[in-house]
Amino acid sequence: MLIYALQRIGLAMLICVVAMTVLFSIAYVIPGDPASITLGPRATPEMREALRERMGLDQPLPIQLVNFFGNVLTGDLGVDVWSKRPVTTIVFDALPYTLALAAAGLGWAILLGIPLGCYSAIRRNTLIDKLTGVISVGAISVPSFVVAIYGILIFAVGLRWLPALGAGAEGDLLDQLWHLILPAFAIGLGWVGYLARLVRASMLEVMSENHVRTARAFGLPERMIVFRYALRIAVLPTVTLLGIAYGGLLSNAVFVEFVFNRPGIGQLAVAAVNTRNYPVMMGATLTTVFLFAICTMIADLIVALLDPRVRASL
Amino acid sequence: MAAVHPVIAPEARADAVLDVRDLSIDFATPRGPVHALREVNLTVPRGSVVGVVGESGSGKTTLISAAMRLLPDNAELRGGAVLFEGEDVLRMSPQALRNLRGQRISMVFQDPMTALNPVLSIGQQMVDIQYRDRGLGRAAKKRKAAELLRRVGIPDPMQRLGNYPHEFSGGMRQRIAIAMALLGNPELLIADEPTTALDVTMEAQIIHLLRELQQDYQSSILFISHNLGLIAELCDYVVILYAGTVVEQGTVRDVFHRPQHPYTEALLVCDPALLQDVTRELPTIPGDVPDLVNLPRGCIFAERCPRVFERCRAEDPATRWVSAGHAARCHLASPLERS
Repeated sequence: MLIYALQRIGLAMLICVVAMTVLFSIAYVIPGDPASITLGPRATPEMREALRERMGLDQPLPIQLVNFFGNVLTGDLGVDVWSKRPVTTIVFDALPYTLALAAAGLGWAILLGIPLGCYSAIRRNTLIDKLTGVISVGAISVPSFVVAIYGILIFAVGLRWLPALGAGAEGDLLDQLWHLILPAFAIGLGWVGYLARLVRASMLEVMSENHVRTARAFGLPERMIVFRYALRIAVLPTVTLLGIAYGGLLSNAVFVEFVFNRPGIGQLAVAAVNTRNYPVMMGATLTTVFLFAICTMIADLIVALLDPRVRASL
Repeated sequence: MAAVHPVIAPEARADAVLDVRDLSIDFATPRGPVHALREVNLTVPRGSVVGVVGESGSGKTTLISAAMRLLPDNAELRGGAVLFEGEDVLRMSPQALRNLRGQRISMVFQDPMTALNPVLSIGQQMVDIQYRDRGLGRAAKKRKAAELLRRVGIPDPMQRLGNYPHEFSGGMRQRIAIAMALLGNPELLIADEPTTALDVTMEAQIIHLLRELQQDYQSSILFISHNLGLIAELCDYVVILYAGTVVEQGTVRDVFHRPQHPYTEALLVCDPALLQDVTRELPTIPGDVPDLVNLPRGCIFAERCPRVFERCRAEDPATRWVSAGHAARCHLASPLERS
């Protein structure tokens, strides 16, 4: 298990290195000179040259790449072109909001989607199963920003139950949770359907496997068969998917963050792109990539914990 | 059509562990009902080993699934009963059924590679099987499991309880499956082709083990196989199943030495292990198994039978006694000679 964990961590690091290289290359290739943007249209060529020198843009490409890696490793993501604040600080200020949003969104999707899928599989072809199927597909096909807008219209504007905008007062945890409900609902709804479908499919497959028949032949109680013998295997693909999903949500949260005017990584990235704020954009993207790598790694480790065959296949 | 019930021996039937009577089962399919079993009669006398032989699709698996009521959802009971110690398994309450399975009837499945849960240690699975024993602690259940593992020939059983199925070889897994089946000290052990997935050396060992255990535990075994050699070695009685009907049954000696049904004869001729001459070409039975959706009017074997005559195509033969405990479903079977 330890070897497996180390292997996964190594793989996550490799993913990060590759992603960093790709990001660096993209930033290098795309048109637009960061120095001229920073200084504005009235800057003289000498001023631009001076800034380029300060930013290290006059160095040969490999040196720039090495510098880039060195800076990232020491936690230096550069300085915001406009506010002159360190990008690391900006990213880490926004990060908790996105992490909380993604966790809350996926959290309730898991709590609802997995039992629903499991129930559908066991009570196959009943009314509830068919209803779940229809609603699931519906939930999957509605984009989260549409859910967000209608959520605001109904629960914030119409019924006035929940706040529409913002992330709540700083330091007031209850208020922040209160502000999290609608965005989490918007971001998680599609995942409820998705997880329900996925768990149903894998549960049906597992329930028809030979070892479940064996468990039945030994007269084990149905509850034990479902939860200990079948579900444990059926959630394995779901766990892998959830690792990717959580990473994906961190970047996909942008729509919902935009609609609810919440601070967060997505919001940050969009604003940075619009203003050609390269350091912030790079910082936000890099952080997402790192989190993505970490999430998939954690998912792999959980799968290994649940499935001894994975641990053995080293 | 009322068939004369073949009974392995009337006195044995009275003290049978398992008594399948006139069992008919259909499977609902898009093409129409498949008549998988038709009026099957079979008796497992206490303390004996009964073998069931048949090709793929002959209804072997349906038969044993019915014995434990593990039939798939599209199965439909058309008639008959499966009496276990006098109680009809097919009409038991779910509670009674759960107490039957694994306790009084146990099953060893065909493929040891997939029959055990892959993500639970075998110790956990063996403890779970003893869930009814509320008086017994986890440690005691583990000891009992280890004891049985030792009995079936797993070295170092206490340590190996923590291992997962994939950490054992196929033969070892089948031994574990047998140990699991013995946990409840069942009156009847059903073994569904337990050696098909194993190599020949393993096969011999498992058969040897089963025979030993049968003598130790005084349990009865219903042994499913398509290997006539194994049946001859292990069983007291044999039932020949063809296309969902019992075509012949009796003691192993009777059936193998004086087969009365042409199908049994053909099977014996085709068994590579029993071939007299060295030949490159293995004999086969010409023709195909009949379509179980549209059954022929007469004898089920008529189309492939080398000794078919007019009556066979017109009339389904009744089961006839040829000697005490030996019956065949053929017009040509010579009737019981009474002295």
